[in-house]
Amino acid sequence: MMKGPGFLLPLAGFMLLVAILAVGFRLEDPHLLPSQMLDRPLPAFSLPRLSDSSKVWSEKDVYGKVRLLNVWATWCPSCVHEHPELMRISQEEDISVLGINYNDDNAKALAWLKYYGDPFDLNISDHDGQLAIDLGVYGAPETFLVDARGIIRYRHVGVLDQQVWTDVLAPIVAELNQLDREG
Amino acid sequence: MIIELGHFAIILALAMSCCLAVLPTLGVYLQNPVLLRSGGSLAAGMFVFTLVSFICLTLGFVNDDFSIAYVARNSNTALPVYYKISAVWGAHEGSFLLWCLVMSSWTLAVSQFSQQLNDDMRARVLAVLGSLSIGFFLFLIFTSNPFERTLPFFPSEGADLNPLLQDFGLIVHPPLLYVGYVGLSVPFAFAIASLTSGQLDAAWARWSRPWTNVAWAFLTVGITLGSWWAYYELGWGGWWFWDAVENASFMPWLLATALVHSLAATEKRGVFRSWTVLLAISAFSFSLLGAFLVRSGVLTSVHAFAVDPERGVFILYYLVIVIGSSLLLYGLRVGKMRVTVGFGWKSRESFILANNLILTVAVVTVLLGTIYPLMYEWFMSGQKISVGPPYFNIVFVPLMLPLIALMALSSLSRWRKTASTVLLRDQPLRLLISLGMTIFCCLLASTWNLWFLFVSLLCFWLIVNLLADARYRIGRHWFAGLLKQTPSYYGMWMAHIGIALSALGIVTTLTLSEEIDVLMSPGDQQQMSGYEITFQGVTRVMGPNYSADRGAIEISRQGELVEMLYPEKRLYAPSQNVMTEADISVSLWRDVYVALGESIGNQAWSVRVHIKPLVRWIWLGGVLIALGGFTTVLDRRYRNRKVIRARQSKPDPDLHLSAG
Repeated sequence: MMKGPGFLLPLAGFMLLVAILAVGFRLEDPHLLPSQMLDRPLPAFSLPRLSDSSKVWSEKDVYGKVRLLNVWATWCPSCVHEHPELMRISQEEDISVLGINYNDDNAKALAWLKYYGDPFDLNISDHDGQLAIDLGVYGAPETFLVDARGIIRYRHVGVLDQQVWTDVLAPIVAELNQLDREG
Repeated sequence: MIIELGHFAIILALAMSCCLAVLPTLGVYLQNPVLLRSGGSLAAGMFVFTLVSFICLTLGFVNDDFSIAYVARNSNTALPVYYKISAVWGAHEGSFLLWCLVMSSWTLAVSQFSQQLNDDMRARVLAVLGSLSIGFFLFLIFTSNPFERTLPFFPSEGADLNPLLQDFGLIVHPPLLYVGYVGLSVPFAFAIASLTSGQLDAAWARWSRPWTNVAWAFLTVGITLGSWWAYYELGWGGWWFWDAVENASFMPWLLATALVHSLAATEKRGVFRSWTVLLAISAFSFSLLGAFLVRSGVLTSVHAFAVDPERGVFILYYLVIVIGSSLLLYGLRVGKMRVTVGFGWKSRESFILANNLILTVAVVTVLLGTIYPLMYEWFMSGQKISVGPPYFNIVFVPLMLPLIALMALSSLSRWRKTASTVLLRDQPLRLLISLGMTIFCCLLASTWNLWFLFVSLLCFWLIVNLLADARYRIGRHWFAGLLKQTPSYYGMWMAHIGIALSALGIVTTLTLSEEIDVLMSPGDQQQMSGYEITFQGVTRVMGPNYSADRGAIEISRQGELVEMLYPEKRLYAPSQNVMTEADISVSLWRDVYVALGESIGNQAWSVRVHIKPLVRWIWLGGVLIALGGFTTVLDRRYRNRKVIRARQSKPDPDLHLSAG
């Protein structure tokens, strides 16, 4: 028959289980995992440019510069909202802005850029959303910072406004540029 | 506006749950009758506010209010209205709101149907349920709020409900499963209340039993429906995948099954008390653990909800607080409540003990298989592996076979001790009859597969024993004899027959199924176990929110049409998801299951055909098991207050213990 302390065995077993779950879950830094893609290279892709679908871009073409990747679409009202800030960044800040046109119609997207202005150095047409799925995108707009070696360094979900830029993105971009120059 | 009302209501429900946790407890310690009886109205309040917020979210879906982020992500204007309603629990946030609604419904039910409890016990039980609810509401409001708006810039169209979930199975599977999962909180609450009060007696077991049986029956229905849904909706023809999330529902079910049996022994004979309490705590703990596994993203699975580390951390803390504290309480209190009641080794107690041992070992093996990938990742620095069906089949099946054998003899056993003559009388004859039936089936199916032979033999032996036992109990005047049996007996009988039917279905489907993948052009015919399968081509059809290629396939037998089947390959427009809709010719004896693969061009398609004998029996058995569980609740002794009072007042030193 079990003696008194024996009844505490289930508790001990449970604590062991919790330890396994906590480690499996990497309890120590849960906030550093907003995207599974963070600190990984850009997923491989091969997609046409929005302006000229005969020219295909792949992840290797993104390498070489610190880039801001913005996932946008014409069906996304919040993209209109953040658009002025993107225009400002592309004109005033030291970063190359790339667009991923997500689940969209090419003609509509080009008309949209003509109407609101084009902040992008280049747009990739992700018509089926394949790249967006690989990036783990929830919806538009989303913004990624990618360093010169093509490693994803930051992800922002939702509208990018001036406050997000100054508080969050600008320091990271400065750091990435610094690293790039040091080689 | 409506949605803010819902948001506000859920906060009020949280406030109610806090009061429910605190006020009746204060009542117990201050012996204040008003506080002591406050549980009923607080439980009612908690239920009403949760219901209001649930209705508000449902209205958001019905009215296509895409300014609500959750609605925008999981609905669409083209979605039929019944799917708009079921989409409320189609993703994490809303399904957790449903979880909360189910929790408050159980709490309300306990407060309404526990008239036979004394005020003190009732207050303690409701306070435990209230405390559990606090955690659920906090989790909902702070990490999974379905009432958040996307203002000011909201989408004009929603992203649509996951097409996999646009199905009747989804409308009913999660709610029933949750009723089962959350229902296990009731025996848990009874166990904690009796530990704190020191009244771990037969009355406690009697109160817990009907609640446990109902929760367990709901869990059975939920799991059965899930298996059925996976079978026809996932397009693979499989009905159980040993997926982490299935295991998460299966482990509490196994423990609840053990609990249902050990509660019977504790109530009738006062044995296994400390063990039964531990089971009651474990069964609910495993249903919480299941919630953690599903919602934290710690394991990957076809069921995985959107991964959010914050939620995982919250649930992990919740697990530690709830399970840790109850196991601590158990460790500290239960040792002092021990009693020794003897029983012979050929008694019903022994059978129940063996049943509990096997089921517990089964839970441990499933748990190991489920968390082994985690441990592997930990020790092997980041490498991922998955533990597949082979592991589970190897360790789990050998455990279930002796369980069926035990079941065959157990219905003949009596409490305290059973004479060998009762147990073994007529067994050679019954085994012979079972063997005859097995051989007949083998000839019918023209197979001599050893698994099929052995499992069928066991199942038939169980059925023959159950029939013989019923015949014996009913006696000569069979109508009067039928009336004489208690609902508990009927329930046990049905559930055990259900196990036999399920096991027969499983072994037959596993050993005798046939499956082909063929390329077919219109007019092509394929022969398969006596059926002619003719492909008549594919046409394009439109649904409310999808377009589909619909194949027409004729199933006939010896030139006679059995059924026309129309499997579809659907493209859901809003989400651009492709879904395979299988079509099935259903019968009690076999299913012909047809799914469209890929188009090869020239009107030719790859077509997958399965013939699955007795596959329906798996779920039919599940339904019988659940019906058995529900039937036991009709037993008079759970309802009649006078009987219980009378029994309680009988002096029985064995059953009245204090915590010292």
